[in-house]
Amino acid sequence: MNATSSGGSNAGWFSALKLIALLLVLWQALAWMVGDVAMRTPLQTMTFTANLLTSPSFWPHLAETGRAFGLALLLAVVIGLAIGFLLGINRFASDVLEPVLVALYSIPKITLYPILLLMFGLGVAAKVAFGTIHGVIPIALFTLAAVRNVRPVFVKTGRVMGLGTGRMISGILLPAAMPEIFTGLRVGFSLTLIGTLLGEMFASQRGLGFMLMNAIGLHNVDVIMALTFLLVLFAGSASGLLLFLNRRLYQRA
Amino acid sequence: MTSIMTTSKPITPTRTPSAPGAAQVSLRGVDKEFIRPGRSGETVHALGPIDLDLRRGEFFAVVGPSGCGKSTLLELVAGLSTATRGDVTFEGKPIHNRIPDGVGVVFQEDASFPWLSVRENIAFGLRRIKIDPKERERRIENALAMMGLTSFAHSFPAQLSGGMRQRVCIARTLVTEPRLILLDEPFGALDQQTRLLMGDEVLNLWRKTGATVFLITHALDEAAMLADRIGVMSARPGRLIDIVETGWPRDRDSRIVQEEAFGAITARLWRSLRAESMKAIGKPEVEP
Ligand SMILES: Nc1ncnc2c1ncn2[C@@H]1O[C@H](COP(=O)(O)OP(=O)(O)OP(=O)(O)O)[C@@H](O)[C@H]1O
Ligand SMILES: [Mg+2]
Repeated sequence: MNATSSGGSNAGWFSALKLIALLLVLWQALAWMVGDVAMRTPLQTMTFTANLLTSPSFWPHLAETGRAFGLALLLAVVIGLAIGFLLGINRFASDVLEPVLVALYSIPKITLYPILLLMFGLGVAAKVAFGTIHGVIPIALFTLAAVRNVRPVFVKTGRVMGLGTGRMISGILLPAAMPEIFTGLRVGFSLTLIGTLLGEMFASQRGLGFMLMNAIGLHNVDVIMALTFLLVLFAGSASGLLLFLNRRLYQRA
Repeated sequence: MTSIMTTSKPITPTRTPSAPGAAQVSLRGVDKEFIRPGRSGETVHALGPIDLDLRRGEFFAVVGPSGCGKSTLLELVAGLSTATRGDVTFEGKPIHNRIPDGVGVVFQEDASFPWLSVRENIAFGLRRIKIDPKERERRIENALAMMGLTSFAHSFPAQLSGGMRQRVCIARTLVTEPRLILLDEPFGALDQQTRLLMGDEVLNLWRKTGATVFLITHALDEAAMLADRIGVMSARPGRLIDIVETGWPRDRDSRIVQEEAFGAITARLWRSLRAESMKAIGKPEVEP
């Protein structure tokens, strides 16, 4: 990496730190205003989070959510990319099906939950399904647009070289569309996480979502704050990492 | 059509044409119509009818007013699209929307892959070709050297000028050792001086590879300087209205622009094209 780009990422780190400091100040102020019926201060939250992380009963829940989320994300990415590529390559199919995807996407997914529960029962399968249906459509839509935006001259180049469909996808379409697909993956990542947690909150006996729902029922503000903090931390750093990778990709393009 | 062929008179009859050879590409009664998007069934007659033979090893240039169907013609020869009527054959075999082996194409737009380095871009040309690693390296190094890109092998296209990116595309085609190289206004975006020098590069690679070169250009002087024969196209639907034999020796370079014959060829091209170019910009035909 050269001097300018590392200088650029130093500046990036600095502004990220400033943002975090600002958020902590706002949080502290809000906690004072609202009082401890509903919130805890950053320091109290972090102390409690540390306690939570050392308690053995917490880890099985985390593992459960991690597994469900990992599986849901994997499915959302694989299915989303497949749908996106199929439709992106096939102009006619995409003209017909893109509006359908957009319509599906705008349904509040929570209304599908009873059906999914009946299909999959209480347990991991339902959570995974719920996570996947949240994430899959944005990934498919972004991929579709990305593939369709690949410059025709790249495709012609591939055809002149005699590349078949497989090589055309892996050698030309995928790398050419990658920067835009990445944006879809970032959006899909957050939505899949939300979906998985929602799934756990409404019908599950395990997982962070279940813990959260339980804490809400018991009005346990400490647990609510600690879990929210952990989730924000996880989602924030994962999204930051994806953004960083995305920038690296764009830098070369 | 044969009547069109007979209009071609060598400008300098004392010299022999530099690359006589058997027909490598032949087009017979070729027409191309496009379906106009939106309106049902309405078509645009973009090209033809065209009758043309490209001789093996010759340097053939095409000039014509903008929008007359030059790129359309190139895509038909490359097998990227199918003729509405007529036949296109390459080395005796018909091209039916199937990409023939042995044909390399450099497009009008920049087609270098931004996600690959210069070297990787060039190596990409060999993706489907099974050769041993040593030969592979040799071809890549050769193409890098021939296009003056050796010191930029590890740069990315975004770091190069437009002319260098086009050279990357030419090099990516060269490694496949094509017998026919199709170039669609590869230097259209470059300044005049660079274009003349790039012309020398193309002449060089034409001599070294022995391939047939089919060059589309909008610059009459470029055509006059580089080609053995120049096809002049009418306004859309593009037909060949003249074929000019230049009679240049094989080991020519950009210095031939000083020769008298060069002026005569350019003048003849312009005489054929003037009325057509006016049609293309929507002005009525005016006889001088
Ligand atoms: N895919 C297409 N669908 C409809 N019309 C097309 C298509 N491709 C080309 N045309 C039309 O065919 C005609 C010839 O186009 P072409 O690109 O071959 O011209 P050209 O001589 O290469 O022009 P230029 O000098 O600007 O590169 C134009 O009128 C163009 O609008
Ligand atoms: Mg063109």
